[in-house]
Amino acid sequence: MHIKEETAERHVLTLTVDNEAGTLARIAGMFTARGYNIDSLTVADISEDHAISRITIVTKGPPEVIDQIIAQCERLVPVHKVTDLTDAGPHVERELALVKVAGAGDKRVEAMRLADIYRARVIDATVGSFIFEITGGPDKIDTFVALMREVGLVEVGRTGIVGLMRGSEAS
Amino acid sequence: MRNRKLAEKSGADILIEALIAQGVDTVFGYPGGAVLPIYDALFQHPKIRHVLVRHEAGAAHAAEGYARSTGKPGVVLVTSGPGATNAVTGIADAFMDSIPMVCITGQVATNLIGSDAFQEADTIGITRHCTKHNYLVKDPAELGAVVAEAFHIATQGRPGPVVIDIPKNVQVATAEFDHHGNNAAKRYVPAGDADFAAITQAVELLAKAKAPILYTGGGIVNSGPDASAALRELAALSGAPVTSTLMGLGSFPASDPAWLGMLGMHGTYEANMAMNQCDVMLCLGARFDDRVTGRLDAFSPNSIKVHIDIDRSSINKTVRVDLPIVADVGKAIRQMITIWNSRKLQAQQLDEWWARIKGWRSVGSLNYPASQSEIMPQYAIERLYQLTKDKAPVITTEVGQHQMWAAQHFHFESPNKWLTSGGLGTMGYGLPAAIGAQMGNPDALVIDIAGEASIQMNIQEMGTASQYRLPVKVFILNNEWMGMVRQWQQLTYESRYSNSYSDSLPDFVALAEAYGWKGIRCDDPSKLDDAIAEMLAYDGPVMFDCRVSKEANCFPMIPSGAAHTEMILHSDEVSGTMDDEAKALV
Repeated sequence: MHIKEETAERHVLTLTVDNEAGTLARIAGMFTARGYNIDSLTVADISEDHAISRITIVTKGPPEVIDQIIAQCERLVPVHKVTDLTDAGPHVERELALVKVAGAGDKRVEAMRLADIYRARVIDATVGSFIFEITGGPDKIDTFVALMREVGLVEVGRTGIVGLMRGSEAS
Repeated sequence: MRNRKLAEKSGADILIEALIAQGVDTVFGYPGGAVLPIYDALFQHPKIRHVLVRHEAGAAHAAEGYARSTGKPGVVLVTSGPGATNAVTGIADAFMDSIPMVCITGQVATNLIGSDAFQEADTIGITRHCTKHNYLVKDPAELGAVVAEAFHIATQGRPGPVVIDIPKNVQVATAEFDHHGNNAAKRYVPAGDADFAAITQAVELLAKAKAPILYTGGGIVNSGPDASAALRELAALSGAPVTSTLMGLGSFPASDPAWLGMLGMHGTYEANMAMNQCDVMLCLGARFDDRVTGRLDAFSPNSIKVHIDIDRSSINKTVRVDLPIVADVGKAIRQMITIWNSRKLQAQQLDEWWARIKGWRSVGSLNYPASQSEIMPQYAIERLYQLTKDKAPVITTEVGQHQMWAAQHFHFESPNKWLTSGGLGTMGYGLPAAIGAQMGNPDALVIDIAGEASIQMNIQEMGTASQYRLPVKVFILNNEWMGMVRQWQQLTYESRYSNSYSDSLPDFVALAEAYGWKGIRCDDPSKLDDAIAEMLAYDGPVMFDCRVSKEANCFPMIPSGAAHTEMILHSDEVSGTMDDEAKALV
């Protein structure tokens, strides 16, 4: 007998939650306990009085599992609202990455040229290195990082994505 | 600045007053270092009865038994570290079976948290995924609101356990407290009435069905006595047969002709066949557990499924349904009755459906081989039922064969009489649950139907029953085996009985006497009635060592990974082995 893999689709969920101790552990732990995936997770408080946080979770699973994930999130007391951006319609996703590249000569010039094409900004420079700041959809950042590997990539830090619905309504 | 200065009270006093304000009169607990201030406050508040258990697992199960039999939340009070971790099994059990419980745990002082202090455990971390919600209270000023919200969360919606972890210095520190002003922010708002359009559609489906079935569960019991009354009305209006999960037994009277018995792995043939062959399935407060559905791709293949549940996450979790309705099941059934009556609906002619059910019933799936020489375990349950049914006893069980035989052969007419560990399947549940039930129902006959293995898991609670003069009866079906383990080993591991023999058993009669109980032993079917009568006549706790046939198996049975239609009715149909796919599903 072998363990079977299931086909999965990617969904971006946003959660509005009480900003209190343990909320993130409750959500992240629930994902682990029930065997759900987290591809990325971002969290920050978004209200003036710091009482409410917004969490963006990128997850993968078959449609019925995604439905369960949403239901299980809604079941948690500090979770006020869950929106599946992927299901809800047109939305934007953005992620920020810091990319450190070291090198000299042609490689250094090429890194700079590619950064320019990808609209990455230089936020630190030494004689032998750059740190680029790049913002965009996850695909754009993946591509940029892949290119940087060719020209002396040292390390990458990524925020994970945040997302909002398009249009005038709140998601 | 406040105009009026309220009296400052210690956290411990605030806690006790907040509990009293919630109507708490009984607490199951065990003292220890990190809850000494609370125990001192309890000492001065005679309004709350404290039941001293012998192990914290006993406290949690006793609170479950109290809750399930009274409909009120059970309250537990234990110390930090081992006190809390010992209670975790009961908390997890209450989470799986949706039992309202508030568990107060002591914690080391806030300045010591995280320092590996004496008797420190991360109670909040450990209980996070087996509670509905939990709190670490860092300021006594928050305690009143936390307690109020904890009881709200534990009892409303789908009930469940809530843990309140209180560091020792927070119990001692003082704050203002006015319980009249403590309206906890109601951030937890559970489902209530059903969506009108959806519930109307459910009524129409039921009225048009030619082979309907009502598949009920523990949600009916949790919704309250009126849900059970409403279920009876709906069954009468629709003429539909009724089956129930293990947790829902009693919500529909077993004496009613529409009752099919329990469904699932050890359910009746008629209940499982009717589930398989129905055209409309109305699932009321049940959750399509794997013990109920059997093989999912063969589960009731041709039915339209309506699922009413207060917990959205229970819907479409394992079985896709056609009409999901998130609502309190009692309210939803009342709405269905109102709609049915106002439209003057008539049920379909169901004679053909009932004729088929009669055919399945005639199989006699609960029959068992009779014996003159030894007590068959099923016979023991039957006699216990016959000799106690007039007293409408509260029955608790441990987990295993005896539990399934009790579910099959003991019959219930009303809810809150059947207390068993369904979801988590916790051996050792029955005796403390019986103690809790007896505390909540002092005049009731409370019987723990046990196995000789399970009873040993919380046998120390005999002392609790002695101390509080609780006349609980423990009826042990003693077959000298962990019977359900042995049965599975016989059926799927070619009778390789690995570690399932109950060796070195205590003398249960002598043990009973050592605790000041009465002990009775019986191994002769012709003397069983007299022995049961002797147990019932005694006005204190009794341990009944009922020596039963050692190798009886619990049938009918749907083997793991099989469909409802592939029930095994007798042991001679069993091959003695099983493929890996099936083994993995157990």
